[in-house]
Amino acid sequence: MIPVKPTPAVPAVPDGDLDDLTPEQLAAQWEEEKPPAAGALANAASSLVVLGVGVGAVILSLAMGLGTPAAPQPGLWPFMISCVMVALGLFQLVIGRHNRDAEKFTRMSTAPLTGLVTLALMVALMPTIGFELPALALCIVWMRFLGSETWRSTLVVSAVVVGAFYGLFVLALNTSIPHLF
Amino acid sequence: MDFLNPVINGFAVVLEPTNLLYCLVGVVIGMLIGVLPGLGPAATIAILLPLTYNVEPVTAIIMLAGIFYGAQYGGTITSVLLRLPGEASSVVTVFDGYQMARQGKAGTALGLASIGSFVGGTASIIGLTFLAPIVASFALDFGAPEYSALALLGILLVATISSGAKTKALIAAALGLLLATVGRDVFTGESRFTFGSLELADGIDFVPIAMGIFGLGEILYNLEERHRAAKAPSKVANVWPSRSDLKQAAGSIGRGSILGFFLGILPGGGATISSMASYAMEKKRAKQPERFGKGAPEGVAGPETANNAAATSSFIPLLTLGIPANATMALMFGALLIQGVTPGPQLVEENPDLFWGVVNSMYIGNILLLIMSLPLVGLFVKILRVRAAILAPVTALITLLGAYTINNSMFDVTLVVVFGVIGYLMKKFGFEPGPLVLAFVLGSLLESSLRRSLLVFGGDPTGFFGRPISATLLAVFVLVAVLPGIRSLLAKRRAAAVAEPGTVQIKEKV
Repeated sequence: MIPVKPTPAVPAVPDGDLDDLTPEQLAAQWEEEKPPAAGALANAASSLVVLGVGVGAVILSLAMGLGTPAAPQPGLWPFMISCVMVALGLFQLVIGRHNRDAEKFTRMSTAPLTGLVTLALMVALMPTIGFELPALALCIVWMRFLGSETWRSTLVVSAVVVGAFYGLFVLALNTSIPHLF
Repeated sequence: MDFLNPVINGFAVVLEPTNLLYCLVGVVIGMLIGVLPGLGPAATIAILLPLTYNVEPVTAIIMLAGIFYGAQYGGTITSVLLRLPGEASSVVTVFDGYQMARQGKAGTALGLASIGSFVGGTASIIGLTFLAPIVASFALDFGAPEYSALALLGILLVATISSGAKTKALIAAALGLLLATVGRDVFTGESRFTFGSLELADGIDFVPIAMGIFGLGEILYNLEERHRAAKAPSKVANVWPSRSDLKQAAGSIGRGSILGFFLGILPGGGATISSMASYAMEKKRAKQPERFGKGAPEGVAGPETANNAAATSSFIPLLTLGIPANATMALMFGALLIQGVTPGPQLVEENPDLFWGVVNSMYIGNILLLIMSLPLVGLFVKILRVRAAILAPVTALITLLGAYTINNSMFDVTLVVVFGVIGYLMKKFGFEPGPLVLAFVLGSLLESSLRRSLLVFGGDPTGFFGRPISATLLAVFVLVAVLPGIRSLLAKRRAAAVAEPGTVQIKEKV
């Protein structure tokens, strides 16, 4: 699912040595290849987002009315969950700030962002101009710019892919997907 | 043997040509998508959910079973050929499987894995056939309080057994429960968290959430290139294991089946734990343990058998109690709900056709897997050689267009993209997506049974402890919730002097 880049994943270990890795070494190597861990700031930020969602949900649930356990109003159950969420968020903010399980956003993170923009554009344009052109654009962007394919293979494969989807969803399955042609 | 009659009747349904055909299509497509690097069974099933729409329920379920087994096996193929485990439960397969591939025995490894998977899966289904009705009849007495306790326990177990940080997994679960409340309140009919949107009035569908979080989220995450550079071998020969290989692996397949079956019933990471346990057991039993990690056939056959046996036996809590034991089962639960099948203790009694249809479709899915996987290995190798840059947009488009076809609505597609972003960010920040989807699936069951039991108890929450089963379940709940905290506290004190050994955690691909 990823663009093939010329840089080898393990520059330190020549290919032949891969044969002799024990499971433990292999696991350690995977650990090394993991993307850099994000710092305390990212952990704090994610905890704050959780807190924000939790507090927002508390307020909205209060507005819906709580009632009593015997005669609950619609807000009681969401209120209970959002309280748990606030508590977990606080706990995470204090205890989990040194966790190393979040990943840093790197230069490579622009790829998912670009991908997301094309997806959003596709969703926005599909109802008006059909799926073919946005899908073609998406394929071209993902293959040429995210995947470093050559222009020739990008154009050929994109056209074939969109054609295949047209054949499958419009001609064969006769779905009501908005289409231009 | 009267109770076997519905079982046999179920076979008649499953063996209809149309159903067989759909099962076959399911297995092949499941393997095709499952073999894509980075997409594990949960992602595969999520992406393929729209396929099962607009098909008759029984047929759809049979197709799902095919997709399920195909997706499971897809992960094995990438483990052996690319050193890329599709999911946590095939991580140990990499150790010896990849070594076998390096020695030119990739075909043997894949062949052993599929034979092992078949034996383990089939043994598990046989176990399920006999055990499920018993568990279900026991669970028939469960009332609302028991269900609340069970659902709570299920969510907690999945959150605490997940590979990432526990608190984060619990936060994900809480978010899932919150998402499940969006829409009309079942009891009062009032709208909750809809923000005036008509589309949200009926609540959020399970499918866009699953497709977004598991499918699109995973695709976006994989765009951020960080895969180990891996190249599939151009040709895989000798798929049929030789007699001596089989003989060598037979014992581990047998042991793996039993181990996997029993570990799989437990909620949480049944398949993962059982594959690791099987690997450890085989290594311990071997006369020359040093062969392990260097291409020992038992090191592939044992874990692959165990994880398939466990994946199958984790259907038991789903079909008999209506509680999915892991993220993949949560997807199957959602998929069955869409087909109008509510898994639970009543299913065996009230709808034996459907129940045995589901169970028997697994036999067929398993057999078809065995038949298809060996001859098709060459095809999968070809797919693995297609560059990821080309596969990524194709899967993304399948997901988007598939999401549209569910209800012919753009709103669903938008939801998929939104949840795709949430899923991507969750993975980035170390939140497991599995607990969210599981909690979402169980959310409405949990709320309604909780409120119903509180009504029965007159609003007194201590009533839960007045009933033996719910009291036991809640006691286990408290134990599971508190134990890790106490253990880590104790460990910290003890480890003050001793340096902590580096534990390795491999990020789970769902």
